[in-house]
Amino acid sequence: MAIQVLMPALSPTMTEGTIANWMKTEGDKVVSGDVLCEIETDKATMEVEAVDEGVLGKILIAAGTESVAVNTPIAVILEEGEDTSATDSFTTAPASTPEPAAVASIAATDATEPEYTGSTTEMTVREALRDAMAEEMRTDDTVFLMGEEVAQYQGAYKVSQGLLEEFGDKRVIDTPITEHGFTGLGVGAAFGGLKPIVEFMTFNFAMQAVDQIINSAAKTLYMSGGQMGAPMVFRGPNGAAARVAAQHSQCYASWYAHIPGLKVIAPWSGEDAKGLLKAAIRDPNPVICLEHEIMYGQSFAVPDDPDFVVPIGKAKVEKSGSDVTIVAFSICVSYALDAAARLAEEGIDAEVINLRSIRPLDIDTIIQSVQKTNRLITVEEGWAACGIGSEIAAQMMEAAFDFLDAPVHRVAGEDVPMPYAANLEALALPNADKIITAAKAVSYAA
Amino acid sequence: MLISKRVSIRLTEIIDDAGRAHDVVHVNHPGDIMAIKPKSRPKRAARKKPAAKKAVPIATNDELLSYYKDMLLIRRFEEKAGQLYGMGLIGGFCHLYIGQEAVVVGMQATAGKNDTVVTSYRDHGHMLACGMDAKGVMAELTGRQGGYSKGKGGSMHMFSREKNFYGGHGIVGAQMPIGTGLAFASKYKGDGGVCHAYCGDGAINQGQIYEAFNMASLWDLPVIYVIENNKYGMGTSIERASAVTELYKRGESFGISGAQVNGMDVLEVRAAAEEAAAWCRAGKGPYILEMKTYRYRGHSMSDPAKYRTKEEVSKVRSESDPIELLRDKIAAARAAREDELKDMDKEAKAIVTAAAEFSQQSPEPDPSELYTDVLVDA
Ligand SMILES: Cc1ncc(C[n+]2csc(CCOP(=O)(O)OP(=O)(O)O)c2C)c(N)n1
Ligand SMILES: [Mg+2]
Repeated sequence: MAIQVLMPALSPTMTEGTIANWMKTEGDKVVSGDVLCEIETDKATMEVEAVDEGVLGKILIAAGTESVAVNTPIAVILEEGEDTSATDSFTTAPASTPEPAAVASIAATDATEPEYTGSTTEMTVREALRDAMAEEMRTDDTVFLMGEEVAQYQGAYKVSQGLLEEFGDKRVIDTPITEHGFTGLGVGAAFGGLKPIVEFMTFNFAMQAVDQIINSAAKTLYMSGGQMGAPMVFRGPNGAAARVAAQHSQCYASWYAHIPGLKVIAPWSGEDAKGLLKAAIRDPNPVICLEHEIMYGQSFAVPDDPDFVVPIGKAKVEKSGSDVTIVAFSICVSYALDAAARLAEEGIDAEVINLRSIRPLDIDTIIQSVQKTNRLITVEEGWAACGIGSEIAAQMMEAAFDFLDAPVHRVAGEDVPMPYAANLEALALPNADKIITAAKAVSYAA
Repeated sequence: MLISKRVSIRLTEIIDDAGRAHDVVHVNHPGDIMAIKPKSRPKRAARKKPAAKKAVPIATNDELLSYYKDMLLIRRFEEKAGQLYGMGLIGGFCHLYIGQEAVVVGMQATAGKNDTVVTSYRDHGHMLACGMDAKGVMAELTGRQGGYSKGKGGSMHMFSREKNFYGGHGIVGAQMPIGTGLAFASKYKGDGGVCHAYCGDGAINQGQIYEAFNMASLWDLPVIYVIENNKYGMGTSIERASAVTELYKRGESFGISGAQVNGMDVLEVRAAAEEAAAWCRAGKGPYILEMKTYRYRGHSMSDPAKYRTKEEVSKVRSESDPIELLRDKIAAARAAREDELKDMDKEAKAIVTAAAEFSQQSPEPDPSELYTDVLVDA
């Protein structure tokens, strides 16, 4: 049967081109791979190869013709023995291409969470994180921990203390200093059916691995049509430690929160740390767990129940109030609670929301609070530009505009790399004083 | 023959600076395979194995024909993909594997049940060689519901857990640590699997690959790194990109053995793959195979390939085409008659034609698919 040769698209953007030259003439034999003609596009001159075997029966569009639309028949190839009358029925009308699909919209979900009422033990955030890993490793032997100094050294910040002893070096693995490599290896292990916990000594160093986190871990589930994803946890200290300056003091919450396919959590208390990390390890998705070095040594009452988990995507109202809502996460929850206590002395009753999860963001809890207080302050160590506070402010505009009696106010890290000098560092970071000033500003109080 | 270069490791140099002993692992017939493996500890005096001459790899008639069938299917599939691209049915980037078919077919000839495969964006051939259905692959190229990723991955991002194919990765080099992790998972689970992690001659300069080499060797992970050296990374020839162009040596500083292989000869590829797989399965750690090969088409569909001469391409095509080479072997072995081979070609074309039809009939993904598969429900 005669076969039409169509004007090919030779680049993702080409819609038409010029037939520069025919390399074969009518009657020539062609085999697949033979160059039929040369086509000029906006970018280059390209050779068009034959795919089918036969005889070039007819050239439909002469050399030199410009603006030939993609998919226009340009020649006809006949099977051996077929006669040229088979070319008669062919015209030069371009074939049509399908229309792109329309776009649908997303629906939000809602859930409420019961308070934990069981027994608790006083312990540090560091211990709570360790217990979360140990408990999950006891019940699921596909869970393993890898990272720099996690095994023999017991963790650069001693978070993995005792894990090597209990689980052995098959499951608690010291890696070389090679973030990009071991993150990719972890993603592959997750594809292969394991549940890696990848510890970054701090999240500053995860920038070396950000390609594997985003392009491989976060996107593969989607790109595989749901066949395989990366059930794993990336964890480590995030944000400003103390006096370690610009390269070691940065909050990455908004970086990861930007990415569909990731979940992002930021525990503040011991309860958060244990419950969120356990939820993260059990979660079938890649979860970024942003811890805080300064919180590691602080103690909280932590639930004993090994089945206690904090659901990812739910914020917690740490203190209720009626005059102004303060939304914070990680160490900034401490500053917010501190500020709320002092504001109370001045007659301003602040509500403090601990976000716990950054993605998904529990916007409903914030909206409910703002419906009551009509005023909102966000607090984060990261920079304000494109930060978590900016995202919350935007969502308030969309969903709670009519409830706001004052513009949303962002308390954030100053717009500078973190300075080293003690006084400058203090100036650069959020603190209770800055929150109090903001609370008074949105309350139009002096 | 495309490859006739004799690799140049001095066999006498078997004690390195650290006083570590190296074993000469094997030396094939000239210009083929050679490898050194440093021992992890300086334990015994240097030992030199005689460089045993190996016989030219042989195969049964059935094997020859099955490789021929597989390679032909890839070639015809890629030709059809190029054609559908030209018709605007395939969008974006589309990287064809034409010319390199012997590499993946030879490697897969040795693959065991739990072996895994991961590669770059030039992945159609790998998927077919892994046994993935031509219809599903083609429908992914056209972005349809019937594609392996329901149309959401496209040419560069396709996967099949069922066939142990882990992608299809668009970031140059990223698949190598991932493959190392697949090998890690196989070792952890004790399932005996070996990972074949493929990359190009351009990719091999990515730093994360050396991070992966180090860990693979440190932890004796069962992974074969297959470097498909087709001489160009986009428009940059290997000589312009690599300070050391003998890529099988790239593992030396990590104690990883390497071999250079004529990647145009499916039987030589298979022989090398067998040795490498045996090495991995014996628990000795990773292995590097540098496949000297060639891509006939441009880097992607929009590449006019002006960085090389037409003569260069036609010389490879006429002198060392992997399919023609195998055809000669089949003729020499009288494994099939000419008309039988023609029938095989017809069969391959029929599969590809059916795939092309399916890829146009399969509907575009439902708009609701936009929001699925972002996260697994927890
Ligand atoms: C990290 C990254 N950098 C650049 C690119 C763009 N790019 C795609 S393929 C390619 C060339 C790779 O060549 P090679 O590894 O030899 O593989 P081949 O295409 O020859 O199979 C480049 C630069 C990319 N996809 N990813
Ligand atoms: Mg290349």
